[in-house]
Amino acid sequence: MANMNLKRNPMPTQDPNVRNHNFSEVALGYTKIQALDEASRCLHCKNQPCVSGCPVQIDIPSFIEKIKEEKFEEAYQVIAKSSSLPSVCGRVCPQETQCEAKCVRGIRGESVGIGRLERFVADLHHQKETEETMNVPFNGHKVAIIGSGPSGLACAGDLAKQGYAVTIFEALHLAGGVLVYGIPEFRLPKKIVQKEIDTLKKYGVDIQTNVVIGKTLSIDELMNNQGYEAIFIATGAGLPRFMNIPGENLNGVYSANEFLTRMNLMKSYELDSETPIQRAKKVAVVGGGNVAMDAARSAKRLGAEEVYIVYRRSLEELPARKEEVEHAKEEGIIFKLLSNPIEIIGNDQNFVKGMKCVEMELGEMDASGRRKPVVKEDSEFFLDVDCIIMAIGTSPNPLIKSTTEGLKTQPWGGIVIDEETGATSRPGIFAGGDAVTGAATVILAMGAGKLAAKSIDQYIKNK
Amino acid sequence: MNKIIKKKRLNDTVTLMEIEAPWIAKKAQPGQFVILRVHEHGERIPLTIADYNPQAGTVTIIFQIVGATTEQLNHLEENDSLHDFVGPLGVPSKLDGLKKVAVIGGGVGCAIAYPIAKKLHENGVVVHSIVGFRNKDLIILEDEFKKVSHLYSVATDDGSYGTKGLVTHVLEDLLKRGEQYDEVFAIGPLIMMKFVSLLTKTYQIKTTVSMNPIMIDGTGMCGCCRLSVGGVTKFACVDGPDFDGHQVDFDTAIERSKMYQSFERRKREETCRLFHQEDN
Ligand SMILES: Cc1cc2nc3c(=O)[nH]c(=O)nc-3n(C[C@H](O)[C@H](O)[C@H](O)COP(=O)(O)OP(=O)(O)OC[C@H]3O[C@@H](n4cnc5c(N)ncnc54)[C@H](O)[C@@H]3O)c2cc1C
Ligand code: FES
Repeated sequence: MANMNLKRNPMPTQDPNVRNHNFSEVALGYTKIQALDEASRCLHCKNQPCVSGCPVQIDIPSFIEKIKEEKFEEAYQVIAKSSSLPSVCGRVCPQETQCEAKCVRGIRGESVGIGRLERFVADLHHQKETEETMNVPFNGHKVAIIGSGPSGLACAGDLAKQGYAVTIFEALHLAGGVLVYGIPEFRLPKKIVQKEIDTLKKYGVDIQTNVVIGKTLSIDELMNNQGYEAIFIATGAGLPRFMNIPGENLNGVYSANEFLTRMNLMKSYELDSETPIQRAKKVAVVGGGNVAMDAARSAKRLGAEEVYIVYRRSLEELPARKEEVEHAKEEGIIFKLLSNPIEIIGNDQNFVKGMKCVEMELGEMDASGRRKPVVKEDSEFFLDVDCIIMAIGTSPNPLIKSTTEGLKTQPWGGIVIDEETGATSRPGIFAGGDAVTGAATVILAMGAGKLAAKSIDQYIKNK
Repeated sequence: MNKIIKKKRLNDTVTLMEIEAPWIAKKAQPGQFVILRVHEHGERIPLTIADYNPQAGTVTIIFQIVGATTEQLNHLEENDSLHDFVGPLGVPSKLDGLKKVAVIGGGVGCAIAYPIAKKLHENGVVVHSIVGFRNKDLIILEDEFKKVSHLYSVATDDGSYGTKGLVTHVLEDLLKRGEQYDEVFAIGPLIMMKFVSLLTKTYQIKTTVSMNPIMIDGTGMCGCCRLSVGGVTKFACVDGPDFDGHQVDFDTAIERSKMYQSFERRKREETCRLFHQEDN
């Protein structure tokens, strides 16, 4: 008989007023007792609606069944069939709009904490993992992967396990993509990402950092001179957008990418760090996605007294994960909703001293199916801040496109692929993740990497 | 890890290093730069490629010791390795279709100006090199410049060598005497590039400057290197580092370069103290 408690087991977390001063992980993870109790809330519906909500169709009911039976490693293996990064996805997936949105328990009460259970089994698995290397015999074929974010890592793992010699080329000095330079430590500890990368290395994946494809080497050189038979482009969507309002080049205006890279990749929050960051008193973050939440919560932890989220729509439209919005509120982030900046004002030394905004209201539906924000008349107000972080989106970097002849892209920069296979307009070159979709999610990027691995295997076998 | 093949002191505060980097050496062109880190927890800093040797697989960098990272870098010796070295980044300088140019270098900016003068000279262009330093002891690359220039002129602030005054004075004299240039390349401190650009604007000579703002990734990912050029925001690392000097908003660039001044000063002092302790 299932546990019919309407509420899910709450996630243990650090106290908000403690954690907003440190960088340790906020959510602490279920204990075994909590995990067993939560697993027992699953009804094992015949039609498995949760599975259809999962972008990579993890067999959710059967991994939960394994938890109930206390066969935790087997539960992990069920997830691993469909996902390469369970410990990451369990933490950062927007479950409330995916698997958990479809959970029958959510109709009257709260859905089963699927993401939390996923994280529980993945963390247990990683605690146990042995140090041995996995020897897969080399199948004689070389594949190059460009970019070491979730998409590249997933593709590399699947190919290496089949005996391909896989090399990942990464522009930065550290592998992991957004998982290391974007998403903060307090949400996704870097040692978890490192674990995933170490596992790939055990399978023989070679990771070449500090190589910018399109500059250091081109895709054609990889194929023609270096013997790679297929390429997977997983370069993400790293180009930050600005608003193009007056004052954006003042000192104290950051793109979220810059602010988060200084924090996460360069560890500028540590006192002995050699990379500087502004320690501002009052910070405004413009935007409403996960990136905005991460930037705001990082700024708070860096010591800012007041941190605002300035977003032009209302609470309902906030695209960030629900849990992150809740955590941000608990930590004292102030939400200035239905507000939009129009000008940034500087002092005589060219540092930010404030931001002029206008209030917005929601009008007609726009193309995205959301109500379009329009400016309220005579609603101008001034926000007294000394640092502004722009988190209004990113697009794919044009570098690969401009250096790879015949590679078709969308007008906005996304690489054009065949949805079924991930193949681009050039034979032997595949692409996936944010480089194709524009800024999206870890799970979609990971799924695209797995799909490309399958297609690359077929492509090489049929050559 | 990239090995230091050669280290040479050019003056008290400027050092040259040849770094083993075969892939970069093959691709490098004048005007491009690398980003490096000295050690595992180090900062990422951009340095322009001063020379490259595809056969030997080496890239030359020349740096002035101005902050903590360059201080640490200067403490490395031949056969030591840099932790990270990535490039060649940025768009190569456009050097085609020219007959006669002035190449202007200020201080350590000469390290960047030199490969441009050299390449132009190789292309058969008449090169007038005008270089400026604070005093005689700081002069670098004199022989190298002479070899590739039809005219080589030095200006020092204190008059201890060459003309007393600024490179802009020398350039203005030449222009007044009726010298005509297809293009002027100015590389050095922001303030120098600003005044060269103001001068050449009155003579309507196309002027290219090489910008060196604060950078992190060098691939267009962070936007911290942004500049205003002709009223449009550009990222120096991917759109530059070369820009039309008559279009660059130098005043904002100068302010932006001071963003972390106090932090940099403190870090440098800490680093110096640390090395001092080690040396004793
Ligand atoms: C701050 C932040 C928070 C986020 N939070 C969430 C979240 O909670 N949940 C969620 O699902 N998603 C989240 N996302 C989105 C998610 O991280 C991305 O969708 C995902 O990382 C995309 O993966 P990817 O592999 O396509 O690209 P990326 O992770 O962007 O990796 C691309 C890699 O390629 C490298 N690269 C680029 N160009 C080159 C080149 N020319 N040569 C060599 N290497 C190159 C880059 O340096 C980078 O390392 C967040 C994103 C950000 C920025
Ligand atoms: S250095 Fe980051 S975008 Fe130029």
